[in-house]
Amino acid sequence: MGLLIPDFGLFFWTLIAFLVVLFILKKFAWGPIVKTLQERESGIAESIASAEKVKAEMKLMQSQNESLLMQAREERTMMLKEAKETKDKIINEAKEQAKVEANKIMEDTRNQIERSKNAAMTEVKNEIGKLAVEVAEKILRKQLANQGEQHNYVQMLAEEIKLN
Amino acid sequence: MVATFSVFAQEEHGHENGEEKKGFDASEVIFGHIGDNHSWHWFDIDGHAYATPLPVIIYENGKGISCFLSDKFEHGHVPYNGYRLIEKHYATEHSLPNEMIGKIVPVDANDNIIANAQYHDLSITKNVASMLISVILLLVIMISIANKYKKNGVMKAPSGFQNAIEPVIIFVRDEVAKPNLGKKYMRYMPLLLTLFFFIWINNLLGLIPGGANFTGNIAVTAALSLISFIVILFSGNKHFWGHLFNPPGVPFGIKLLLVPIEIISLFIKPVALMIRLFANILAGHIIILSVVSMIFIFGALSTVAGWGFVPVSMAFTIFMFCLELLVGAIQAFIFTNLAAVFIGQAIEEAHHHDEHEHGYHAHNPETGQEYNVSEDTIVA
Repeated sequence: MGLLIPDFGLFFWTLIAFLVVLFILKKFAWGPIVKTLQERESGIAESIASAEKVKAEMKLMQSQNESLLMQAREERTMMLKEAKETKDKIINEAKEQAKVEANKIMEDTRNQIERSKNAAMTEVKNEIGKLAVEVAEKILRKQLANQGEQHNYVQMLAEEIKLN
Repeated sequence: MVATFSVFAQEEHGHENGEEKKGFDASEVIFGHIGDNHSWHWFDIDGHAYATPLPVIIYENGKGISCFLSDKFEHGHVPYNGYRLIEKHYATEHSLPNEMIGKIVPVDANDNIIANAQYHDLSITKNVASMLISVILLLVIMISIANKYKKNGVMKAPSGFQNAIEPVIIFVRDEVAKPNLGKKYMRYMPLLLTLFFFIWINNLLGLIPGGANFTGNIAVTAALSLISFIVILFSGNKHFWGHLFNPPGVPFGIKLLLVPIEIISLFIKPVALMIRLFANILAGHIIILSVVSMIFIFGALSTVAGWGFVPVSMAFTIFMFCLELLVGAIQAFIFTNLAAVFIGQAIEEAHHHDEHEHGYHAHNPETGQEYNVSEDTIVA
């Protein structure tokens, strides 16, 4: 079979053409292509690695932020609590003080009233005493207008003293 | 090349009236296609062959180089410049073997072959022409893609045709070169990529109707495997040659047996490469042509049978074409992969002495994975 006997011409041309293609492509195609592919791959790998790093950093920052926020929140609650306590304390103190003040005022007022009442009572008593003396004077004046009566009365008073 | 189209009447195809009587010679059509030719035959219409003549280049000792177009032979009817294209009638007249048909031989003034002439036929035959087209295509495609890489810089995504070729290049690098060649794969990348794309593009061009059976020619696969063989021999390290001529840890008696086997296996490797590609592509072409020829064989029996067979034949042909598209890529991959495996064996550093006889063996330094591909797992 002629099929199995290699033809020299074709063998020769194939050999030459293949080698020429190999050298041309090696210089102008495969070299740059394979190099670029490799560089691109390493570039992508680096990008991914740096992205991963940034992501980790972001995560760290985020967690830091979160803890800061938490702290702030806690502080705020504490401050609020403190403020409330202070407020309550102030109110209570004020109340207490007001009560004391009020009591004092009441006491003073009561004393004043007492004093005024006493003064008024004394005045009234004096007035009544004066009136009684006046009335008694008038009565006596009237009764002691005659001599006999006067005499009798002195008698009576002298007896009274004697008895004492 | 197609523009220089010229038209000839070819006598042996001239079955003007007697086509049915003479019948359809399928083997002539098939072997006419799968063999090489000095003109690019496109088609016949009513016995007229439409073909493009190709340059004939012959070097003869003492005479020098002769260069002319093949239409000077008028399809083998006349000698030209002391040469003759052997055709059927001449072969029968001079009782030459069939494989001489289509060859160019030096003849004397009486049109007899000069038996002891020292000459080489370096003509641009149909296969060579087809190869030149593929070479130009390959160079244009790959260099334009390479320029795109240079222009776009490193960190830009591939686009267009670059995007189609890039995965193939990465495939050859990651599936063929890296697993078989280990750390030194960069040295062999140009060879492997060229082998792969050269075989692939020629397989595909061969499938175009009217195309040449280039990779299905044993001279072509012989040239490719010779290159692979030379690369294997030149990259062989001390460990490889040591194991070949003096396998360690083997008794002397067995060494006597083993060393010749090892040496034979060294030569069988490129031969296997050569025959595998040649036989696969040739078989594909023969099957497609046979199935198409069935129409004309049936047509020669009766016109109705011929037309009736058309759908069946077309279905088979389309199926075979799809299969051949696949085979074209697979065979390019297998040739490249086996070349890489053989080179990998030659450059392999010393380790795991017990695994050597089991088959093609390679080591992946990245994963530490062992690859053992035995000859019979790659049947295709």
